[in-house]
Amino acid sequence: MVAQVLTFTDRGIYCPAGDFHIDPWRPVPRALVTHGHSDHARWGMSAYLATHQALPVIRKRLGQITAESIAYGEIRQIGSATVSFHPAGHVPGSAQIRVTVAGETWVVSGDYKTEPDGLAEAFEPVPCHAFISECTFGLPIFRWEPQPRVIARIRAWWAANAAQGKTSILGAYSFGKAQRLLAGLGDHGPILTHGAVEEMTQTLRDQGYPLPPTIRVTPEITAKTHPGALAIAPPSALGSAWSARLGPAEEAFVSGWMAVRGIRRRRGLGTGFVLSDHADWPGLNDAIRATGAHRVFVTHGYTAPFRHWLETQGYEAGIVETQFGDEAEPETEVTA
Amino acid sequence: MNRFATLFAALDGTTKTGAKTAALADYFRAAPEPDRVWTVALLTGRRPKRAVNSTELRLWAAEAAGIPDWLFEESYTVVGDLAETIALLLPPPSTHADLTLDDAIRGLIRLTGQPVEARKAAVLQAWTQLPATERFLYNKLLTGGFRMGVAQGLLTRALAQATGVEEATLAHRLMGDWDPASITFPALIAGDAGGDARPYPFALASQLESGAEALGDPDDWRAEWKWDGIRGQLVIRPGAFALWSRGEELITDRFPDLAPLADFLPPGTVIDGEILAWDTTRSAPHPFAQLQKRIGRKTVPKSLLTEAPAKILAYDLLEHLGRDIRDQPFAARRARLATILSDLPPTLPLAASPLIAFKTWEALAQTRATARTEGAEGVMLKRAASPYFQGRKRGDWWKWKLDPFTVDAVMLYAQAGHGRRANLYTDFTFGVRDGNEIVPFTKAYSGLTDAEFNEITRWVQKNTLERFGPVRKVPAELVFEIGFEGIQASPRHKSGIALRFPRMIRWRRDKGVADIDTLDSLRALLTAAP
Repeated sequence: MVAQVLTFTDRGIYCPAGDFHIDPWRPVPRALVTHGHSDHARWGMSAYLATHQALPVIRKRLGQITAESIAYGEIRQIGSATVSFHPAGHVPGSAQIRVTVAGETWVVSGDYKTEPDGLAEAFEPVPCHAFISECTFGLPIFRWEPQPRVIARIRAWWAANAAQGKTSILGAYSFGKAQRLLAGLGDHGPILTHGAVEEMTQTLRDQGYPLPPTIRVTPEITAKTHPGALAIAPPSALGSAWSARLGPAEEAFVSGWMAVRGIRRRRGLGTGFVLSDHADWPGLNDAIRATGAHRVFVTHGYTAPFRHWLETQGYEAGIVETQFGDEAEPETEVTA
Repeated sequence: MNRFATLFAALDGTTKTGAKTAALADYFRAAPEPDRVWTVALLTGRRPKRAVNSTELRLWAAEAAGIPDWLFEESYTVVGDLAETIALLLPPPSTHADLTLDDAIRGLIRLTGQPVEARKAAVLQAWTQLPATERFLYNKLLTGGFRMGVAQGLLTRALAQATGVEEATLAHRLMGDWDPASITFPALIAGDAGGDARPYPFALASQLESGAEALGDPDDWRAEWKWDGIRGQLVIRPGAFALWSRGEELITDRFPDLAPLADFLPPGTVIDGEILAWDTTRSAPHPFAQLQKRIGRKTVPKSLLTEAPAKILAYDLLEHLGRDIRDQPFAARRARLATILSDLPPTLPLAASPLIAFKTWEALAQTRATARTEGAEGVMLKRAASPYFQGRKRGDWWKWKLDPFTVDAVMLYAQAGHGRRANLYTDFTFGVRDGNEIVPFTKAYSGLTDAEFNEITRWVQKNTLERFGPVRKVPAELVFEIGFEGIQASPRHKSGIALRFPRMIRWRRDKGVADIDTLDSLRALLTAAP
């Protein structure tokens, strides 16, 4: 019997050999954090460790914290555990965390996406014995179109709206998705941004990520001053007073969840673009296979069917329960 | 299919009525004529016969997608729509075929009755040829349920814009029993279809939310009971006798006991009324449950004909001596109706629904309070001067229903909804107290806001005790006020009762499981309610 490299506790994933947690949701002495989204980087840890690229966003969001950063691929010894961070392709700076204890290697995927998006550091498979994989979109109905096709669709929508004298407003999570859209669409004139998006964009720009110029929406900016513009805002700003200022406008939400018509319609949205920062069904399966792992633990998403599926594929599979429920929750899911 | 898919995307991509109308009107100007006919047919609920059943579809789709059946079912639970689930699961198309809508539907019609191998081969071939949206629509043709968020009024408006024919005229021409496989678009628009038995578009009443005082002078209004049966239109024309449901379904054959009416009513008569199961001993309608036994049947056994004979209580006369009199005032139409019916032998299953005389709104409110003992749900108010309008037009006709019965009950099980509610827990089973136990007694799935459903969904996800397929057992904690219109003894239910139109009135966050009602209190209503 090999020692458990990682265990699952009510505070999150724990490494006994190194006495640290990974993406914990309750205060712990030492937290290794995969990326800056709020369901992974939580407030209240005595010490944080994240990649050089991820830390600025985490600091921006959590304020005064004791934190250290690490380069992708750099090996660090913590207690009797050896850890390293590897690109997860989810958002800029996001990492999978590799932990080796006594020759046994486990990898925590964090959130990941296998298709390179031109902005986030591209996903790298990390060979391991056990892989803890997210499965937000762990059902075969989720199969993404290549990013260039989706971007082309958004451009066409933008152009059609502009031709009718309307502003186009994209709802997208303010860290990650928004910048990915900026990188894909920014060569078509400056894009307007909501304050929350602008703040994250500036943080990433300061780090040297290649992001096009943007214009933060202030009270002086309206559809008159910027006719036919494209604006990017957090999903919560759709249909709000903020978006009314830019009217007449068309709104669309950019998310993997938009693949399901019922979910899109429930949000009262006419238009949705299917673009996700998470792996789709083929992506999850390919990523898991590429690790060479025999044991797979699944978390975040359609865990029950995905585990069952993995078992039928010959893996020894388990579920890691999280504080966030064991099922995908499109309404509360912020990073899709 | 490409054009039709573009139309669908345009309709689906907006919630604005103006944009939908424009997209449809464009389509009716430019699409191939046979496709236009099919589109009108689909949007008015005229579907081709199903060539493939849903079990076959599931099996073939799982096989084509290379996934086990259980994973198909998991996917279906999340998507909530079979046609969409299949479209999402299949691998991208390998070739592309340029089918018109007409090609696709005629292909499906030819498939009906073919051996399973032939039907499977044809469906699999279509799947490998059609891109995402077209594949979804093709599946919709296969599964039958076609809802595109286009109300009848919107469809006729768009057709009117595209053809120049007046809306009201068009609405009537689209009614009835026309066959999209054999009619041309110009013939449909010209009203050559529909046959002699074509009904008129139904006039629909709106719910009166506050009291009736706001309606003004009681003398301007007529009141009648709001019966709890099936609204129908009886059409008698030379060579034609037809009974239509409000959903434009021809139901003549389900009610053979009404057939004698053909011999007594003069040709050129169209009557709007309520079909009821009649209790001849009490001279009053049976509860809806009795009628329900007859609805699902194509042929009615003799025993049911004696146990629950049908009778029409007539509300209105739309056509008299072959003349369309819909634009005459309600009071005048009613007078003519009375004349016609007074000539009939009293044993016939047709009578005028009585007008309720009232001098003041207060007096009417008192009469309304006795609706349940009459076997009615409340009263209808119609402006004496109102024409027989089309569809739901606020102002002239109001339904003034009794307040529902209510009971406080606790949620026991939750199940995710379908379609727009996929992934949201919206279908709940409720229990009331019976001694030391809590017994399930009804399901309900409407009445809450989206925000409340979201909140309950998160609660269900975090508080699941057990799963039975898509159903989750939850702790008996959340209390809801359940409203319903009627109650029946039912040996088929564990609780011994069955409710009519149960729905959630409100989430009682102020109450706990200790505050819920008892089964005995429900049983007590059995004697009080019809």
